[in-house]
Order: sequence, then C-alpha cells, then structure tokens
Amino acid sequence: MLAYIARRIVTLIPILFLISIVSFIVIELPPGDWVTFQIESLRMSGIELGQDEADRLTRQYGLDKPLHERYLRWIENMLFYGNLGWSFQWNRPVNDLLAERIPLTMAISIASLLLSWAIAIPIGIYSATHQYSVWDYIFTFIGFIGLATPGFLVALVLAWLIFTTTGFSPLGLFSTQYVDAPWSWEKLVDMLKHLVLPLFIIGLSSTGTTIRVMRANLLDELKKQYVITARAKGLSETKLLLKYPVRMAINPIVSTVGWILPGLVSGEVLVSIVLSIQTTGPLLLRAVLAQDMYLAGSIVMILSTLTVIGTLLSDILLAALDPRIRYGGVKK
Amino acid sequence: MTTTPTNDKLIEVRDLRTYFYLYEGVVKAVDGVSFEIRQGRSLGVIGESGCGKSVTAQSIMRIAPEPPAKHVGGEILLHLGRDGNGEVVDMLKLDPHGDRIRALRWKEIAMIFQEPMTSFSPLFTIGNQIGEAIQLHLPGLSKKQVRERTIDLLGRVGIPQPKRLIDAYPHQLSGGMRQRAMIAMALSCNPRLLIADEPTTALDVTIEAQILELIATLQQEFNMALMYISHDLAVVSEMSDEIMVMYLGSVMEQAETGEIFNNPLHPYTQALWRSIPRIEGGQDRLVPISGTLPSPYNLPKGCPFYTRCEHRMPGICDAARPPMIEVSPNHKVSCFLYKQE
Repeated sequence: MLAYIARRIVTLIPILFLISIVSFIVIELPPGDWVTFQIESLRMSGIELGQDEADRLTRQYGLDKPLHERYLRWIENMLFYGNLGWSFQWNRPVNDLLAERIPLTMAISIASLLLSWAIAIPIGIYSATHQYSVWDYIFTFIGFIGLATPGFLVALVLAWLIFTTTGFSPLGLFSTQYVDAPWSWEKLVDMLKHLVLPLFIIGLSSTGTTIRVMRANLLDELKKQYVITARAKGLSETKLLLKYPVRMAINPIVSTVGWILPGLVSGEVLVSIVLSIQTTGPLLLRAVLAQDMYLAGSIVMILSTLTVIGTLLSDILLAALDPRIRYGGVKK
Repeated sequence: MTTTPTNDKLIEVRDLRTYFYLYEGVVKAVDGVSFEIRQGRSLGVIGESGCGKSVTAQSIMRIAPEPPAKHVGGEILLHLGRDGNGEVVDMLKLDPHGDRIRALRWKEIAMIFQEPMTSFSPLFTIGNQIGEAIQLHLPGLSKKQVRERTIDLLGRVGIPQPKRLIDAYPHQLSGGMRQRAMIAMALSCNPRLLIADEPTTALDVTIEAQILELIATLQQEFNMALMYISHDLAVVSEMSDEIMVMYLGSVMEQAETGEIFNNPLHPYTQALWRSIPRIEGGQDRLVPISGTLPSPYNLPKGCPFYTRCEHRMPGICDAARPPMIEVSPNHKVSCFLYKQE
C-alpha cells in the first residue's frame, strides 16, 4: 500500500511540470497582454497613450522578455520562494488574493460534495432496491431536474424567492453588518445561513448525477452471484446490501472525487457570480478577461494541482476499498 | 439412531410451480415438479439449459429473485431434526426475507454455485466470508474459534496452506481453489442437504474430477444429502443414487441411477442417452435430439416433449399432460406410452 502511494506520488512530478507549461501557454494564447488591455481601457475613457509610454509600461511589467524567460522566472519564484507573481489588475501579490479565496472554494466544494453524497447515495440505493416503484420514479424525476437545470438559473430563482418571502438576502457570504465585524458566534451563524443556498445549488447537479450512477451501478451489482451467495448464507437483506453490493457500487463514485474542483471552476462560476460568493471561479474569469496573466496562470495551476491531488486521494481511497487495486490488478 | 424408510425424509417437493412474470410473458420455469430426498442420499438432476433445474434448487432455498419469480403452487417440506421426527416446515410458506428462513439457509441447506469466479465478493477475504456464515449460524463461537474452524474447513477441502490462504482475496486464488473455498463455505455449518448447481461447469476437466471426488468424499464424511444438478450425464451418474430427468420445467422420468441407465423409459431420456458417446459402444454415430426447444413463453399444451418426440401420438400426447406413473418400484415416468402396473 505504501509502495503504491509512493509510486503514485513520484508520477505526479512530470504531470505537474506539464500542467505548469500548459497553464502558462494557455494564458499567453490570446493576442495582446495586460498593457494592451490597459491602453484599450484608457482609450475608452478618452486618454491616448503614446507608443513610448506603452513600451515603458511593457518593460516595467517585464512583458518585453521572451516567453520562455517569463515562464522560467514564474516557475523559479513559485518553486523557490512560493511566490506566484503579481496581479496587475488588483495591484497585489497573487498569493494574497488566492489565500483569501482558496480556503472558501475548497470548503464549499468539499461540503457540497459531502452533502450531495449524503443525499444521493441513500436515494440511489433505495431506487435500485425498489426499481420501478413509485418512489424510484419520483427520485428519478427529481434527479433529472437536478441534472438538466442550469445552476445559475436555480440560484437566481431561489435567491429571489428567499428574499421576497423571508426578507433575508442570501447573497454574499455575510450580511452587511457582519462583513467587517470581528469573528463571533453570530457572524458564524450568519455565514452558515448564507452558505446553505450555494451548497444546495452547487450540490444539485452532482446529486442528480450521483443518484443515477449509484442506481445503475447497484442494479448491476445486485444481479451478481456473490449477492445470491450472501443471501443463501442467510444474511439479512440490509446487512447483505451494505456489506456486498453497495461497497462495490460506490467505487466508481469515489473515483470521481478528483473532478469536483474543475467542475466548481467551470460550471459553478456562474452560481458564484450570481450569489456573489468570493470563490476562485469569478476571480479567474475576471483575470482572464483583463489578461492578468500571473493571476490567471496561478489559479489554473493551483486548481489543476488540486485536481491531480484529488485524483490521487480518490485512487488511494479506492485502493483501500478494493483489494484488487491494492494488489496490482487481477491475477488469472 | 434408527432410521426406517418412512421417517428419514429430508426434503419433499410436491408439485412445485415457480413462474417468472416478465414483460414478454410468463415463463413456467418449474411447472409441477415433485421429488424427495432422504437423509444422506443423493439425487442427480439432469436436463438441458433452461429446463428449470437451477430454479428448482433456488426455489428450495427461496433465493429465486421474487419478483419476477413467483411460487404459484406446491409445497417444499423440510423435515427438521436428524431422526426425522422433528418439525416439518414448508419453505414456500415462509417470508423469503424473514428470520425463520434465514436461520434455515446454510444451516440446513447449503449450496455451491456454478461460477466460482463470482461466488465470492472480491472485496473481502475468503476467511471473512466463510467466517461470516459460521458466526451467523453458530453464535457463541469466539472469533478465534471461528477462525480455527475456517482453517480446518479449508484444510479439509484440500486448500494448501490454509493458515495463510484464509487471508487471501478471491482474485488471488485459481478457479479450482475458489470452488474448493466455496465448498468449505457450504460445509461450514454442517448442512444436512448440499445443493450443487453445476459446480464444475466453469472448471477444466482435471480440476472437475478432483472437485467431484471431493464432494463425494465430503458427502460421506459430513453425512449430508446431496442434490447434484448438471447437464453432464456422466457426472450425474457418478454422483447420484437417484436421477431425475427434467425437460422444460417438468420431470420426465425418475429412477435409481442403475435402473435409469439400463432401462430408460421416457423417449426424452432414451434420446439423451443416445446423444452421449460410450467407450464400449463401438462406432455408432451419436444421435442428437432433433428439433429445438419450444419458446418458453408458449409451451405445448400436452407433453412438453411432444414437438420433438419420436413416439408422439397426436390427439393423445398434445391433448393433456401425461401423469407421473410408477411403472416399477421407484421408477416413475411421465409418458402416455406406459401404463400403471
């Protein structure tokens, strides 16, 4: 088991190296840079900058250096000083910006994952063991709604509903009176109240997916011979279900743990924007629009790293759950 | 212990009817099957694929999937107690998920399945899965005693280094070893009846011979009755005191092994016998049974074998089911060619 983990960690190094190159290139791909974006913005507001002024800015930001040199400096700073660079747009170190948002992003994604599992797995089990029953159809219907409805739309509708019926504004992370207040019990409660809606909405589509996956997997497993063996042994249905087929059916779901972060960035950006939650998603969107390259590159880099680590964690979890993975494949 | 022929009955199946209610229609998988097995005796059940032999076995343990399966008629009487004077339970009257039937499963009747590859869950060691059965039916044993019993069982079924392999996962064992482990699990609670549902079909021939010998030896050692299901005539004749021939959910003929081989009465049994090679049989060509099985959704009204029978009598055989008649003691056949003596 330890050898397996060590082997997997070693293989991470070249992957992360490739990710860093790809992140950097992706950020560099659109034409122009931060300076051209700035000049454009100034022109919009009626100020024309001369060519020499533009060149001066380019030199000042280090954008005149060739691509590989900038990449090496970025990597060097990252590896040896833990410094991700400077955000032109915010005029602050990228590290500070991310330190404010990554913990919240992680907390929301992990909490929404756990929430959706806590709801979806029992429902999936029920649906599979009561296939084609009334409740199976009802859960299937709800699951498809969760799958098919865009999260930002649900966010808008629910935020409006909550505000008009209760007068409580679920937007942001804190009510206005707590934003700058020191941490207190009331502030925590206020934050938790604000988190319910985003957790629900972000978890909604993955709940739908997980119900479907769990139901389908379990239906396959229930037909397997080992389930019949266990039943013939005289095990009670509940014990049998939880020990044998459910343990098998849950594996594919565990293996998707690594995908939640990229999902959060792509799909949930809109939810975060609508509910004005300061996760990394909206930050990345703004950074890309403004060609704030070190900020955008760093976010892509960090989220990719977390994804890779998440995948590693899910693989380790799978190995712990399934001896066939632990012992390096099926022997014939 | 005194046993007289009247009170050593272990299980009596009377007119069992297990139907499957599917979208496409009703499949009468088992349609009026009757037989009995006495303590310590062995019954071989033979028939083509889909003739209902496995469903009969599953019905006895009530592990046929309900729904779609439904036991629409009959009785499965299990005589409890070694002296035959104990309580009689009708397995079909019990709740298939209830405590009563769960206590009877594996303790009274255990089963070995066809697929050793999938009979164990891949996630737990074989020791865990065998020990689970022991703990369930023999409560009061300590963990250590359960483990010792498991190691002892694994040794008795011929698994080498049982102390080490008790902690092996199923995928670490070969098919033959897994089937041995399955047999160990089946014997773990000293069942009185062992049902073996084609236990060697998935194994190669040399392993098959070993497993058959093992089952035969252990049947004596554990003093169990055996219900041996197979489509392989040679195997069934070797394993059984009595043989029951099934076709499309019905029993065609039933007799002691020697009798049915020397004096097959039913045209289907005769056809089956002609379709197997014999070492002393000379150079005759094998004769396959002509035709194919009728659709299971639409069985013939009379004798199920009518469509393929060489001796069919139109107007008689396709009009009504031939009753089961006893032509000589313990030799029963369901065919209009024969008359009750």
